[in-house]
Amino acid sequence: MTPDERRRLQLSVGLAVAAVTIALAGLAAGGEGWSMGGLVRALGTADGRLIVFQIRAPRTVGAWLTGALLGLSGAIAQGLFRNPLADPYLLGSASGAVLGVVIVLAMAALGGHVVSVATADAIARFGLVGAAFVGALLGVLLTLSLARGAQETTHLLLAGVVVGVVLAATSDLVTTAAPDALRGKQAFLLGSTGFLGWSSCGFMGLGLAATLPVAWRLSRVLDALTLGTETALSLGVALGRVRVALVAALALATGLAVSQAGLVAFVGLVSPHLVRRFAPATQGFTLVASAAAGGTLLLAADVLARTVIAPQEVPVGVLTALLGGGYLVWLLRRRQAS
Amino acid sequence: MTTLRAAGIRVRLGETRALDDVALEVKSGWTAIVGPNGAGKSTLLRVLAGLQTPDAGELLLDGRPLADHTPRERARQIAWLGQQGRATGDLTAREIVLLGRLPHLGLVSSPTAADEAAVDRAMAEAECTAWRDRRPHQLSGGELQRVLLARALAVEAPLLLLDEPTIHLDPPHQAALARLLRRRTTAGTTVVSVLHDLSLALVADRLVLMDRGRLRAEGATDDAALHAALVDTFEGAIRVERAGGRWIAFPNLEL
Repeated sequence: MTPDERRRLQLSVGLAVAAVTIALAGLAAGGEGWSMGGLVRALGTADGRLIVFQIRAPRTVGAWLTGALLGLSGAIAQGLFRNPLADPYLLGSASGAVLGVVIVLAMAALGGHVVSVATADAIARFGLVGAAFVGALLGVLLTLSLARGAQETTHLLLAGVVVGVVLAATSDLVTTAAPDALRGKQAFLLGSTGFLGWSSCGFMGLGLAATLPVAWRLSRVLDALTLGTETALSLGVALGRVRVALVAALALATGLAVSQAGLVAFVGLVSPHLVRRFAPATQGFTLVASAAAGGTLLLAADVLARTVIAPQEVPVGVLTALLGGGYLVWLLRRRQAS
Repeated sequence: MTTLRAAGIRVRLGETRALDDVALEVKSGWTAIVGPNGAGKSTLLRVLAGLQTPDAGELLLDGRPLADHTPRERARQIAWLGQQGRATGDLTAREIVLLGRLPHLGLVSSPTAADEAAVDRAMAEAECTAWRDRRPHQLSGGELQRVLLARALAVEAPLLLLDEPTIHLDPPHQAALARLLRRRTTAGTTVVSVLHDLSLALVADRLVLMDRGRLRAEGATDDAALHAALVDTFEGAIRVERAGGRWIAFPNLEL
């Protein structure tokens, strides 16, 4: 076994063990902090089992799936744009999701005034999750249409920035007209795993099952892109179609994660970094391992968020921003030092 | 033998006519494309590789329009190494060379023993086997260039198009590259290379002389008329003379 293969194996085993261990901690983490004894006692009562299996378990699985979708999206974005600082929210999905949420909140707040009560009711049933998902996908579609497809990554990046700024400004306009939507928007921006149920897990599980194989199948193209676009083309890669497929996978994975848990910061950016730093490898391994690393990171952040000031909770997005930002600052200082 | 024929090729890059009515039949052996900066050499090579769509003209690979071939068919027939090749990311040198098998493998198939053998051969030929496990950031410019050359060789295509393959290479490795290309042509590969080093270009079988987007002259490398055209194209700044049993070109320092 070569040193590279050994490191890949160590990372894979490490991530699996960490995910299982932290998931157990997640099941044991309640309003009174973290306790394995408490978990065992809870499993002995009907109410306790309800709490563990209907609240803590879906939240734990959902946190892993959200992180996995973001980690996968980050790895796709960084491979596709050949930029280690590319973020899954780069193509307008985040600003689109926020706008979707803000519009629904504003409509609900204005029910009976600007819009009819029936319309407000219909919007409420459509829900914040649906609005965020549709908003995220529309944000990416808007970026694609501005960039006239996915052929030019520079055009895509620029279009993503423009769409992000315009949609964020539109969200601000809506909240100015309907200030009641501001608090909901703030909660969405902070990100939360607190409302993840089994249905969320189902959606995200299906999303991961759909996007991970597509991305893995196209990972050799991402490898070829590390030699430049023209070299990739000279190797017979149908780059246009592949880019569209990867952007679609990126949009779906990010849209699903954002719609279920809000804007969880830094997981998508940091996970591929951590994987490449510990076990540099082909894009195929990096994509899968980034998903696993993202899942484990968010799982750990979720357990910390629930226990660090229990019975209060820290918004998980705040925690990931602090941890992820701290990691990037450390990385920057280390690079400057070397 | 795989044939590649271009006729009436025109390419406009912005306001510049990069190629103007260029006709060229790629012949077996080793053809070197030479000319001053901005003559259209790299553009011509990219057109021949199918990487630049000409504004006008016809390009036939084995008698069929190049555009009618699928990307993978084309990639199996034509290997290309770009100018100022670069590599980012975390692939090892061997994994980079293995990408040369992509036209044969597609996106999913695992490399066969034949693919692995082709990679080993290419790395041995480009003399880069020793750093097979190193990554791009651990290689010098010359070492990386040899890895990228091995990547192009690993395709094992009948046509090998190289844009400035000697860039970053020291004189011993430039000479080694010339010997390598000679071995490849003897084995049946057709090589077309853009070269700035005119002495190295004169080691090839044929020269194609480009000037301001037009094909000014072509012929065997020992053709005296071609040498005169070469000197004239470079406005007398070079001399072509025979020394040590072969033709060499060097700067005319008496100007």
